[in-house]
Amino acid sequence: MSCDQCREREAVIHLTQIVNEQVTTLHLCERCAAEKGVESPSGVVKTPLGSFLAAMGKNLPETEPTPRSSETCNRCGGSLQDFRESGRLGCPECYRWFEVPIRDLLRRLHGSTHHVGERYAEQGSAPAEVRIESADLREQLRLAVETENFELAAELRDRLRVLE
Amino acid sequence: MIDLSLLADGGVGWLDASGPSSHLVLSTRIRLARNLAGRVFQGRNSETEREDILSVVERAARESVLLRRATKFRLDRLERTDRQLLHERHLVSKELAGLDADGRVRSGASVLVQDRIGVMLNEEDHLRIQGLHSGFALEATYAEVDRLDAELGQRLAFAFHPEFGYLTSCPTNVGTGLRASVLIHLPGLVLTKEISKVLQGLAQVGLTFRGLYGEGSEVVGNFFQLSNQTTLGSSEHELLDHLGKMVRQVMDYEEQARQVLLRDAPAIIEDKVWRAYGLLRYARALSFEEAMNLLSGVRLGVGVSLIPDVAMYTLNKLLVYTQPAHLAVAEGVAPTDADLPIRRARFVRKVLESEVGRRG
Repeated sequence: MSCDQCREREAVIHLTQIVNEQVTTLHLCERCAAEKGVESPSGVVKTPLGSFLAAMGKNLPETEPTPRSSETCNRCGGSLQDFRESGRLGCPECYRWFEVPIRDLLRRLHGSTHHVGERYAEQGSAPAEVRIESADLREQLRLAVETENFELAAELRDRLRVLE
Repeated sequence: MIDLSLLADGGVGWLDASGPSSHLVLSTRIRLARNLAGRVFQGRNSETEREDILSVVERAARESVLLRRATKFRLDRLERTDRQLLHERHLVSKELAGLDADGRVRSGASVLVQDRIGVMLNEEDHLRIQGLHSGFALEATYAEVDRLDAELGQRLAFAFHPEFGYLTSCPTNVGTGLRASVLIHLPGLVLTKEISKVLQGLAQVGLTFRGLYGEGSEVVGNFFQLSNQTTLGSSEHELLDHLGKMVRQVMDYEEQARQVLLRDAPAIIEDKVWRAYGLLRYARALSFEEAMNLLSGVRLGVGVSLIPDVAMYTLNKLLVYTQPAHLAVAEGVAPTDADLPIRRARFVRKVLESEVGRRG
């Protein structure tokens, strides 16, 4: 797709705006975007976390054991600086290594730091087997309700209750 | 050229318009982001590590029930047109297909597909388990995706943190790793100019919208993908319930907007939908954007019973097969072919002629 402005270069920025209740989308190349004052993709636009990342760590009290930007994860060698630039962490260990600023970030992104959903069950463990069986039962239950087979639905519901 | 007929339904089962509320909702998609424990994320790993991830996951998939017979596509070994074809079919993301601005495909980028589910490999996360159903079907889609997650989780060690949940390369996906999207057609709200209010309202309740092709894509043909914004702090079922409730509300608003249009401006609406039909039926050149917008008009006309005898399935089919790569492959030309708009108009005329008959 070519740029809406110059109609020459490839559009790399897709800007959706809501003005006067009208949704419009502008497709701009990097140069025209810069002229219009839209951040280039090498800037903040690249990471949807932009302002979060820029602010991350800055407002934390000095006393907290916050890793410095230059500090790197002992597993992958990634730093907070890398994260700010790419918006991506280096490895699962980064979550432990940079736990304090990440917890702060998660709170702002999700309004929570605690996972309350499905928990990962070790390979071949009983919970994993139960999860597969209960997923099966739930699907059968949905079909039974859909086809108005309520007798079967009741039975499946009981089995699910026992299982879970 | 890749052979999509290897897939049972060509990977387009989601467009058969058989699912619930198909007149408004095209498809429901759910993905779970997963990473393998003890391995660096995609952004920092090497070609060898990505190959290793591919073989480890593929082995697990072949032992599973749900992906035992999966077809594998290695995006890194496909021509651009084929990659675009898979993307247009909503089987892979733009990023995995290497269709982003930089236009590079990552080595090891692959997808396994069987029926309505699959797994993208070496995307932003090691695994993106995904399911795609026709119509508005959050529960049915999640049931399959959840089962595949459990099956793969039995054979693979996933990166999981007791407090944060499933760990993902980007913290916006951490926790459940779940993103559910409902692709919905909202011409009534756009025409009554209520759409921005609705979209702002959705943002306030933690939902977000995107265009037809997901992340980073623009809105065309009045199609919006509504999805959950957060992934942490609510269970999978809570996230789905919340999205489901809000989508049902948006569907009600859309129906109301259509009633208002029919009540207050029946002549204008009737002219608009028939004009769209007339152009599709007789135009000699159509750009993709124009075709999408006209299809939106006809879809509205069929939805409010102004245009009889056009099936939603026909409209969905046109939506998919008039996309640049699909059309180019069917016509045996390059997607950049200068005559593509002419070929597109001819294709649309042919389909409408054979599936709708001569009327109007």
